[in-house]
Amino acid sequence: MQIPILSWLVFVPLIGMVAVMLIPKERVSAIRWTATIFSGIAMILSFWLTWEYFVNYSDTAAMAFVEGPYDWIPTLHVEYFLGCDGISVPLLALTGLLSLISIIASFGIKERVKEYFAFFLLLEVGMMGVFVALDFFLFYVFWEIMLVPMYFLIGIWGGPRKEYAAIKFFLYTLFGSIFMLVSILILYFNAEPHTLNMMTLMQTAPGMTHTLQMVCFIFFFIAFAIKVPVWPFHTWLPDAHVEAPTAVSVILAGVLLKMGTYGMLRISWPMFPDALRSLSFWIAVLGVIAIIYGALVSLAQKDMKKLVAYSSVSHMGYCMLALAAFSSTQAIAGCMFQMISHGLITGALFLLVGVLYDRAHTREIAVFGGLGSKLPIYTGLMVFFSMASLGLPGMSGFISEFMIFVGAFGALNKTLVGIAILGVVLGAAYMLRLVQNVFLGDFNLERWGGLTEINGRELVTVVPLVILTLYLGIYPKQLNMLMSATIENMINLMAR
Amino acid sequence: MTENAYLIPLLPFIGFVMIVFALRWKEKVAAGFSIAMILSSWVFSIIVLIETIGRDGAPYEAFFYITSFDTLNFEIGILIDSLTAMMLIVVSTVASCVQIYSLGYMKDDPRFSRFFAYLSLFCFSMLGLVIANNFFMIFIFWELVGLTSYLLIGFWFEKKSASDAGKKAFITTRIGDLGMIVGLLLIAGGCGTFNYNEIFSSVAAGTLSPTMLTTGLIFLFAGAVGKSAQFPLHVWLPDAMEGPTPVSALIHAATMVVAGVYLVARAMPLFESSATASMVVAIIGITTSVMAASIGLVQNDIKRVLAYSTVSQLGYMIMALGLYGYDTAMGEHSPGYYAGTFHLMTHAFFKALLFLGAGSVIHAVHTNNIQEMGGLLPKMKITAWTFMIASLSISGIFPFAGFWSKDEIVATASTHPVFMFFTLAVAFMTAFYMWRLCFLTFWGKPRDQHRFDHAHESPRSMSWPLAFLGILAVGAGWVGMPWLKAGFASFVYSGEAYKPHADYMLMGVSTVVAVSGIGLAWLMYAKQVISPDKMVARFKPIHKLLLNKYYFDEIYDFIIIRPVLAFGRYMWTFDARIVDGLVNGVAWLVMIWSDIKMWFDKWIIDGAVNGAGWVISSTSSLLRLVQTGAVQFYALFILASIVILAVVKYEVVYNDVSWPVLSIILLAGLYLLSLVSKSVAEKAKTAAAATATDSGEEEK
Repeated sequence: MQIPILSWLVFVPLIGMVAVMLIPKERVSAIRWTATIFSGIAMILSFWLTWEYFVNYSDTAAMAFVEGPYDWIPTLHVEYFLGCDGISVPLLALTGLLSLISIIASFGIKERVKEYFAFFLLLEVGMMGVFVALDFFLFYVFWEIMLVPMYFLIGIWGGPRKEYAAIKFFLYTLFGSIFMLVSILILYFNAEPHTLNMMTLMQTAPGMTHTLQMVCFIFFFIAFAIKVPVWPFHTWLPDAHVEAPTAVSVILAGVLLKMGTYGMLRISWPMFPDALRSLSFWIAVLGVIAIIYGALVSLAQKDMKKLVAYSSVSHMGYCMLALAAFSSTQAIAGCMFQMISHGLITGALFLLVGVLYDRAHTREIAVFGGLGSKLPIYTGLMVFFSMASLGLPGMSGFISEFMIFVGAFGALNKTLVGIAILGVVLGAAYMLRLVQNVFLGDFNLERWGGLTEINGRELVTVVPLVILTLYLGIYPKQLNMLMSATIENMINLMAR
Repeated sequence: MTENAYLIPLLPFIGFVMIVFALRWKEKVAAGFSIAMILSSWVFSIIVLIETIGRDGAPYEAFFYITSFDTLNFEIGILIDSLTAMMLIVVSTVASCVQIYSLGYMKDDPRFSRFFAYLSLFCFSMLGLVIANNFFMIFIFWELVGLTSYLLIGFWFEKKSASDAGKKAFITTRIGDLGMIVGLLLIAGGCGTFNYNEIFSSVAAGTLSPTMLTTGLIFLFAGAVGKSAQFPLHVWLPDAMEGPTPVSALIHAATMVVAGVYLVARAMPLFESSATASMVVAIIGITTSVMAASIGLVQNDIKRVLAYSTVSQLGYMIMALGLYGYDTAMGEHSPGYYAGTFHLMTHAFFKALLFLGAGSVIHAVHTNNIQEMGGLLPKMKITAWTFMIASLSISGIFPFAGFWSKDEIVATASTHPVFMFFTLAVAFMTAFYMWRLCFLTFWGKPRDQHRFDHAHESPRSMSWPLAFLGILAVGAGWVGMPWLKAGFASFVYSGEAYKPHADYMLMGVSTVVAVSGIGLAWLMYAKQVISPDKMVARFKPIHKLLLNKYYFDEIYDFIIIRPVLAFGRYMWTFDARIVDGLVNGVAWLVMIWSDIKMWFDKWIIDGAVNGAGWVISSTSSLLRLVQTGAVQFYALFILASIVILAVVKYEVVYNDVSWPVLSIILLAGLYLLSLVSKSVAEKAKTAAAATATDSGEEEK
């Protein structure tokens, strides 16, 4: 009997949440450490899972660590069915890591600590769940579960316009979810016998008529595109990021956005290959628009967090471009690399912006300058991640962007990809502008003389990301090996 | 040693890591460690060179895959052939000199060990760039040298101009890199490999169509245009002079900027197959060369003159390589490849020397402006003499190093009359502006007495590297003397039969041109027979154009930078107003709709309910009037009812009266009843009021 590792992975944070709720709210430190320990356990589990998968399962495309399918609601054919493969395992590890980091980064939260950490752990349940669910109902439940803690995390602990941002995030995502639900129902009623099992539907769904495929594909696309977010569904993102507390921004950028692309890769791409073929050009166009548009808008930002948020739009555009080039192994692998590397790099950038915000209580680019002479370590880290973000070789962002370009260039319209490559220059422009205005130039001793260097706890949150960014940038082979069989299989499914 | 050549780039990297994590706080140790590392690399490079000569330049290759996707392999490896061996020597020699020089130059800088860390990182990147065996790896290091260049240009980042220059350098070269990526995707993607040799054999086998190859090569060359500061992306290099002078010498004169030339030389087997692409290369090269040399004529900042000189000389090399590719594609012989790589080497030495000398001068007089210098020769002998040796070298005077390599470039151009004309024009201008610099700096009378009084020769850590480079600025060219049996030419051609011949006619022409350039400078700035001011007045518009560098910065600012920034701001407004406005608009419409629904709900739906309630309550209040509680009234009511019913019954049964009539009768009856009940009710009301008054009075 195998240990149900995936269930543990999903429910350890839930146990942690219950534990946190049982602690009296005055014992702040106990609450923090309980949350840390439980999300630490989840992280260790996710890492162990990754290692196990890498060693034992990475050469096949089949689902590993499968649990179920067990009947859950038999009348609706709902099953409890979990499993993971080469595209979900890295994302689980990313979720485990970023959750722990975010919880450590949240030690500065002063008000309503108990609820905060309880919500955070609930959020982790949802995220882990989405990446392991193999039953549509289960998937949908986890997908929606996340919205609730996220809504409160932004709405209670957020900035000045938190209510607006929280409601916008919640309604926008929910709006997309409804389309997903309709699509799931179409799939359910079209399968004979009715089923919500993703693995079964993966086989039967491509048999649907072209029109029905198009409808399902577009409906799923709306749901996932809002999450990614694909231009023009992106405007909830800057608001949510700017208002959210630092750790929530990290999770939002690091994990939540990946659910959109994960959903496309896991569900709508292989299930509706006909529709995909008809629409891939337009998906590529949306991707290219996002790349250029996000970069241009970043160039005009005055708020550091908003700049990073729009850079996310641009970077996720690369993922969309890669997904449009679905026939190329390099592109799809590049997409996965980009998801991981964007999670690491943008997560770190949000953490670092948060570090400065905690001290200076402002994120306006123009009020800073010359911090490089006062805060050398902090500046070093920020420059490191700016370079990573603009795709400097030796760091993970370069590998992913380069692979996406190679793959997309072979599979898509060359002019279109050529325009996308312009994003490389614009990316350099907005990141260097940020670096110059904040860290270089004259230092205003009077105003910022009191700023203190990044502390030990904050370093603990950032350094793992530095190491991973370098590791994936210098030696991408292992991650690639872990994913390659699954990606190969995905490409075959999409070529049906 | 060749098998372990990976150590050559790796040692400086160890230096970098050690300084950052361990030696940062001990400045002297950090610098010493960094220098020890680069000197070891230098020694290893010499060994590798000797071994390569021993192999007759036969390539040595070793690599491993960092990953592969589908059939496309991403490798990290080393390729040691004659070109690489030469580049390793050039880079490690200049880097060693510059690092030792920096000991003195950067002595009082608060970020001393960081400077050496950056230099080490640069050496790692640059050595990695030249040792790479594939285009993927060269691109990695290509970007890394760009990063270190950015960090070092902006080393004194408190200065706005320095951080601006760093940003400009990074972004401008990235525009070139954009082309390079496209070129790589076209060529490497088309061949399905990044490995140099595999690509060369694949292209030779005709995998790529000629159009595809030409397009790919021109895009690839864009990378070289960016990195080697060729027209139209040359604008970053003069600004890069904001960096510390050792950095200018190492990165922006001798090594990083020649990476573009190296790339073209490396990809030469491809250019040989495309006459069009090669011609583009040659034209860009000569255009750059003429443009930069002409700007150099009038600049007054000692480092900027040298920077434009660098751009101009790089143009020379690029042109030579382009012409070689063109001639070879046309089936003719050309010394261009040899000329370009040879000039790359000699230029690295004498230009590094010029920059270090300029640094020494700046160190002494604390200004970059040559108009404030003058007469420094007696005060700084080593600096002045080495600087003048390098000036003779770059002017192409026999037997200095530059003479030999420039001569080969002239020989390359000699079969193309237009190129030949401009090549000689550049040679003239070069000799002129270099000696203008020399005369204004070291000769004549001091023009700023205060600065002159403070001037002094630099410390030994600075003057010895000058002396060493001085030797190379003379002797480095001798390996390429045309009379040698196995000289530089046979080395870079890997033993192929190319024998340069001594063309005394060409040598004579180029010497005459150079000497006349120096002579004109002497007449104007040393003898002052010809007044420079009069010349300026005479050629006012041209002088203004040159002084403003053909207005490239202004034009780019106007047609690219401002529009992009404005477009960004416009997009941001668009995003906030239109895209987000649409989202908020939809939300607002939903709100309006729900308001309408609320009104409907309140007035129609709820209105219907309330209306029903109102009807019932008003009917009942009417009927309540009947319930007076007076027995007589009830009796009357019963009586009236019986009468009415009787009438109705009778009428229905016997007279067959229709229902409408009956209804009227009934209504009339009810009306009568209500009249009666109303009067009764009024009576009851007055009675009740009376009782109320009574009770009120009782209370009182």
